[in-house]
Amino acid sequence: MLAFIAQRLAKAVVVLLAIVAFNFTLIRMAPGDPAMVMAGEAGASDQIFVTQLREKFGLDQPLPVQLYRYVKGIVTLDLGFSFRQQMPVAKLIAERLPATLLLTVTAFVISLLLGILFGTLAARFAGTWADTAITILALIFYATPLFWVALMAILLFSVSMDWLPSFGYETVGANYTGFAHVLDVGAHLILPATTMGLFFMATYARMTRASMLEVKRHDFVKTARAKGLRDAVIQRRHVLRNALLPVVTLAGLQAGTLVGGAVLTETVFAWPGIGRLMYEALLQRDYNLLLGVFVVCSAMVLAFNLITDLIYRAVDPRIEFAS
Amino acid sequence: MLKRVVLSLLVANALSTAAFAEEPKSGGVINAVIQPEPPGLMVGLVQNGPTQMVAGNIYEGLLRYSPKLEPLPGLAESWSVSEDGKIYTFKLRKGVTWHDNKPFTSADVAFSIDFLKQTHPRARGNLAQLDKVETPDDYTVVFTLKQPFGPFLGIFEVGSLPMIPKHIYEGTDYKTNPTNNTPIGTGPFMFKEWQKGSFIRLVKNPNYYIKGLPHLDEIYWHVIPDAAARAVAFETGKVDVLPGGSVENFDVPRLTKLKNVCVTGAGWEFFSPHSWLWLNNRQGPTANKKFRQALMYAIDRNFAKDVIWNGLAKVATGPSASTIKYYTDKVTTYDYDPAKAKALLKEAGYKGEKVRLLPLPYGETWQRWAEAVKQNLQDVGINVEMIATDVPGWNQKVSDWDYDIAFTYLYQYGDPALGVGRNYISSQISKGSPFNNVEGYSNPEIDQLFADGATAFPDSKREDIYLKAQKILTDDVPVAWQLELQFPTITRCNVKNLVTTAIGVNDGFRDAWLDK
Repeated sequence: MLAFIAQRLAKAVVVLLAIVAFNFTLIRMAPGDPAMVMAGEAGASDQIFVTQLREKFGLDQPLPVQLYRYVKGIVTLDLGFSFRQQMPVAKLIAERLPATLLLTVTAFVISLLLGILFGTLAARFAGTWADTAITILALIFYATPLFWVALMAILLFSVSMDWLPSFGYETVGANYTGFAHVLDVGAHLILPATTMGLFFMATYARMTRASMLEVKRHDFVKTARAKGLRDAVIQRRHVLRNALLPVVTLAGLQAGTLVGGAVLTETVFAWPGIGRLMYEALLQRDYNLLLGVFVVCSAMVLAFNLITDLIYRAVDPRIEFAS
Repeated sequence: MLKRVVLSLLVANALSTAAFAEEPKSGGVINAVIQPEPPGLMVGLVQNGPTQMVAGNIYEGLLRYSPKLEPLPGLAESWSVSEDGKIYTFKLRKGVTWHDNKPFTSADVAFSIDFLKQTHPRARGNLAQLDKVETPDDYTVVFTLKQPFGPFLGIFEVGSLPMIPKHIYEGTDYKTNPTNNTPIGTGPFMFKEWQKGSFIRLVKNPNYYIKGLPHLDEIYWHVIPDAAARAVAFETGKVDVLPGGSVENFDVPRLTKLKNVCVTGAGWEFFSPHSWLWLNNRQGPTANKKFRQALMYAIDRNFAKDVIWNGLAKVATGPSASTIKYYTDKVTTYDYDPAKAKALLKEAGYKGEKVRLLPLPYGETWQRWAEAVKQNLQDVGINVEMIATDVPGWNQKVSDWDYDIAFTYLYQYGDPALGVGRNYISSQISKGSPFNNVEGYSNPEIDQLFADGATAFPDSKREDIYLKAQKILTDDVPVAWQLELQFPTITRCNVKNLVTTAIGVNDGFRDAWLDK
């Protein structure tokens, strides 16, 4: 297994560097650069101002030189300096990462648990009103745009009912500590995490239902039933376990995008995470910051792909590592 | 030397009397919205709008300006101008300290001038006529100009010429000085905390030099990136102040109808945001004066004012906004008249060539406006192609002159020499800036008029010059002027005395108080 992991890690480094070079080239093909954006924001600018900024950011150098410098930095784990925020990129990402992870991991756990639960129930009671209700709800959540759900949730739970806060990570100025702080953050987390989780919950529910109905038809399930096993045991031990492989694949893919996948949710709910940082960096052509976020996201995707492969092995012992 | 003393204490007292008709109450916290999140708060280094809006509480300038653009005392308590208009002597307030308790003196003023010449493109332009700065004592600063410069007294507001602490920045690399992250000024509020992506917190300066000010204890500036979410934050009472431009225009009527909500369009007199369409004078149909005049007749600007901007605007008559000096409406006017537009297009020999229209990518209001203009132009037979961009792309295309028609709006800074001439004189034709003579209009007579207008003395001579320039420009239509914009400031009605000067919220919350 160790040889398998080592081989995958070596491949991951090569893929990561290729992604860096590709992203570096791609973002520079977009019109406008950070110097122009900052000059634009200044409300007045002259050639001296723009030239000073380009020199300061190293943008006056030929593109291959800029790429060489950037890759050299990456190799030494230096993600560079944010032009606009005037801070090291690694520091900016580290500041925002906890908020994003809190949001996305919560959304991930909610969606996975509820998705599997509802999928299992739908499969168990296939053809009944419960199955129909779950299927219709899943279809609605799957098809509704995230930003619309977010705005409707704000309108309902913040504006009309005044139950939950509509923006931010915590109540600014309240200075809560201890458990009160946890509750405060929790209250702020409910709307964005649920909104974000609904789509994936629907996906998992549909996937689990379909997969379980498929597995149910297999002979080994009939055998288990013939052996007189209780239905709950059959469902849990024989059907669900075998039906989970596609769900694990999907969850692995989603987990890889946990860091960068919250752009819309973070923007609508003013959640101070990496998704927003990435969105703002894109609008401001803050090359280093944008590339830094891409590097972290890419690394997460590669890491979770590896973890997914390892989980396959745990879920289905018949799968072997090919080294 | 006979001096013409221009003491504005009387004006200031009159304003104060009016403003403080209600007895202000001390204490309280105000929650305001800031969007987008500023890249930094050191206003000498970063000049974008959100930076000034927050930093206007931390830093100060030598002067402030009344809504009629009369200079008011700031860090300077009085000033005088020599008879030849070349020497300006400022007397500074005594007892002013920086937030680290070091005294503010004339040495800081001289240092700030040097600092800003290096870092602040607008200050660099405004100070082009400055010959030398002398500091005969700690509380006197003498500016000597190479030649008279009419708008000189108009360049001292906090965003244009903020005072920078010499003892902190002298001998350091300004751009990497650690104090940039914890800015030190003389203003009524001090920087306390900045949680990036969430909020900026300012607290009362207990040593502020005006007794009894500021009234508030703290200000929180909330960073909320989505316009709809900002509107909800106000609606649910989580924020008390929405500075101009915080929400989309179509939300303004709804929000202002809520209980205990007040709105004002005041506080933008100095900036006077003026919108127009850049028309590429170099090539294509827009190079033809008759085509440009046809555009003016083809566009229904009253529709844009009433529907797109909810009446929060005024139809522009020419290159100057009505709020800045030497404005006249005695110029050629262009009322909505599609038939006249069609006739002019025929005279111009327009054969249906494609014209690229670049909207300003500043949100839904601007997008809707561009669509309305596109419809107007199509109605008179102009073949319009809308080009979608984001902000960097827009900057790039406009700065590289890669457009036919492009939306924009620019500040005018109270005087045609500061904020109007730059868009029409030949010396300002150069790629790389979206703020200069982007349209490529070149007229030696206009060049001469703006050159003379900046240096003529006294004011009466300047007025004649600028009236003539406005007439020529409205005939030539180098750009298609649209609206004088108003960015309404929306507040809870118990937030009192917030907008008192020509730069409104940008001047800080010095005089604001909460009626609890």
